[in-house]
Amino acid sequence: MAERVMMKGNEAVAEGAIRAGCRYFFGYPITPQNEVPEYMSRRLPKIGGVFIQAESEVSAINMVYGAGGAGGRAMTSSSSPGISLKQEGISYIATAEVPCVIVNMARGGPGLGGLTPSQSDYFQAVKGGGHGDYHLIVLAPWSVQEMVDLVGLAFDLADKYRNPAMILGDAILGQMMEPVTFKSEPIDPKDLPAKPWATVGLSGERKPNLINSLGLLPEHLESINLRLQEKYKKIAENEVRFEGTDVDDADLVVVAYGTTSRVAKSAIDQARKDGKKVGLFRPITLWPFPTKQIQELAAAGKRFLVVEMSAGQMVEDVRLAVNGEASVEFFGKLNGAIPTVEEVYREIMSRF
Amino acid sequence: MEQVFGRPKALSEKRLHYCPGCTHGIIHRLVAEAIDDLGIQDKTIGVAPVGCAVLAYDYFNLDFQQAAHGRAPAVATGIKRVLPDRFVFTYQGDGDLASIGMAEIVHAAARGEKITVIFINNAIYGMTGGQMAPTSLPGQKTTTSPYGRDINTVGYPIRVAEMLTTLDGPAYISRVSVHDPKHINKAKEAIRKAFEVQIQGLGFSLVEVLSTCPTNWGLSPREALKWLEENMIPYYPLGVFKSPEEVSKVGA
Amino acid sequence: MELDAIFAGFGGQGVMLMGQLIAYGGMHAGLNVSWFPSYGPEMRGGTANCSVVLSDGVVGSPVVARPQVLVAMNKPSLEKFEAKVKPGGFIFYNASLIDTKPTRTDVYVVPVHANEIAAELGNDKVGNMVMLGAILAATEILSVDDIMVSLKKILPERRHHLLPLNEQAIRRGMEVVTAM
Repeated sequence: MAERVMMKGNEAVAEGAIRAGCRYFFGYPITPQNEVPEYMSRRLPKIGGVFIQAESEVSAINMVYGAGGAGGRAMTSSSSPGISLKQEGISYIATAEVPCVIVNMARGGPGLGGLTPSQSDYFQAVKGGGHGDYHLIVLAPWSVQEMVDLVGLAFDLADKYRNPAMILGDAILGQMMEPVTFKSEPIDPKDLPAKPWATVGLSGERKPNLINSLGLLPEHLESINLRLQEKYKKIAENEVRFEGTDVDDADLVVVAYGTTSRVAKSAIDQARKDGKKVGLFRPITLWPFPTKQIQELAAAGKRFLVVEMSAGQMVEDVRLAVNGEASVEFFGKLNGAIPTVEEVYREIMSRF
Repeated sequence: MEQVFGRPKALSEKRLHYCPGCTHGIIHRLVAEAIDDLGIQDKTIGVAPVGCAVLAYDYFNLDFQQAAHGRAPAVATGIKRVLPDRFVFTYQGDGDLASIGMAEIVHAAARGEKITVIFINNAIYGMTGGQMAPTSLPGQKTTTSPYGRDINTVGYPIRVAEMLTTLDGPAYISRVSVHDPKHINKAKEAIRKAFEVQIQGLGFSLVEVLSTCPTNWGLSPREALKWLEENMIPYYPLGVFKSPEEVSKVGA
Repeated sequence: MELDAIFAGFGGQGVMLMGQLIAYGGMHAGLNVSWFPSYGPEMRGGTANCSVVLSDGVVGSPVVARPQVLVAMNKPSLEKFEAKVKPGGFIFYNASLIDTKPTRTDVYVVPVHANEIAAELGNDKVGNMVMLGAILAATEILSVDDIMVSLKKILPERRHHLLPLNEQAIRRGMEVVTAM
């Protein structure tokens, strides 16, 4: 087995990206993700890559748009207020179908908010975020190991579907250190599949390639949107990822992702020791959301408790999935502190 | 029979949508001719702005990316850093470059990004209907300065070429005009020179082209050319502001 | 087996490194571990802390609300975290800088004159290692070897001449506990 190394989540997502063949990083300093650009600035110039500290979040995402459009595996990272600034660019990138990866080590909002970990960017991440009807593929790691595993997956899915992918972490996942194993050999960007649609200069007999999100004629714009919606349907059918623990015999299913799902896991383990039939359902793809799987659990007669570091965002998707067929309750913390194991344990126990 | 004049290869067959008397068509042609002359059609990537030239990608027979309003220099940066041996240019108007995109242009220039910017200054927002631009002249009437641009409340126009010249990053900066054939020829030279600067890897290059907007200026095409000459050139003097000594002619 | 610890003190006292060494050492010992620092403006006020979790199962929350082990290198840290230590847990405090004893009677309290011992060893900077030694001796959670292997990994090569001094500091810290 490969060696275990201790890494911060921020460094792990950067190293994971590099190993996935990412050679182009554009970012802007913002706490709590600064180790990502710092790591990239150390590593990329040494392996033929490019790091630019952009003049703004806005420029950083537009550099990603250019670099991704030119065929490179490109990434940017930021934290909540910075991700808000990037939304214009993300909307263009999604519509022009440029593959890229965006990392959000989310912190508490709204407004300037604070630096505490938060899950209150869920809506922004999974419902589009900027203007127009579009989706990012949103992956939610719950450990430093998954930072590595999911950022590689994010690049693969981005290329496969020509769609931007987001890693939605939080301040804890970015700042904490855990042992990490790099399971696969690093990818040489030269070995990645060709991108015949990229703007690299008009060669041979082909028509000019165009990276574009403009549809001035109504029927043209409609066709762009129909194409996107068709693609989203395909992604939703094929790319849902989740993890269920102790769910089969559970009466109560706790639904949580990222940092919160770790806390929930500890609380569930305690409650199990007390003989309570409770399990954990952890969405790994937040979009596409594991709607069908939650539906099936509801049909099997289970009740739900959704735990988030927000006023209740993912709980809406759980309710949509359940569609009135089961009770869905919510426990949330509003960015002052993360829920403690004791709190979640109490919430679980009060429902038996 | 020898053909002495025709459509540049780098221009597509598409009919331009620009208003009668608008000088975008001339400038498109100058850009395409420079690309043909230098033989770089197969290695050129253009970046289109938001503004009247938003559809520039339709008119050039080149790979193109369409950028968000003002962001073309950032997009061009991304492309050029992935493909350092290609030729990358942006084509931007004054609202796009000097207002909403000021940060992007200043920093691309300061980084000495090896891209070329064709900056169209016609002292007005064209596509949105003739609103005041950062380059509108003092006293100029527009749809958002109906009593004339009042410098006491909205301040002064920005001389982009001079401002960027204060930076160390740019290698070549000039301002030209297209109001008559003599100046059009000079503009062509300047555009070619800016392209050569990039091809030789000397740094950031920008040509500011004084241009007309007869429709939104409320003038006939002929009056517009005269207005440009008499009003814009005094405020925006023509000339080369920055040029590397070592730039030599390249290409076919 | 699970251990939750908070290390807290002034910036420059090496509290982050102490926590990291316990985490690395835990990894070396084959455990699941996490280390989570205070970060951002929290760091600007001159105080720093980190949470460390060692477990032979899955590490749940990496943020420790109720530690079994508190290491307080200065007075504000003791004041901030004393009440949160789990009954039956440990409070290690730097008696060189903290003149008031912890008031808790339901935990093991271990005073360590970290600064004086470090000074005796000829290097003011190894106070954190002295403290670490006391933790190893009192909790028996990791061996000196686990820590030294980790320190070797973390310290840049050019600092490796300091390894013997650090080990000496750890052993002096252990003596504090065995003498109690």
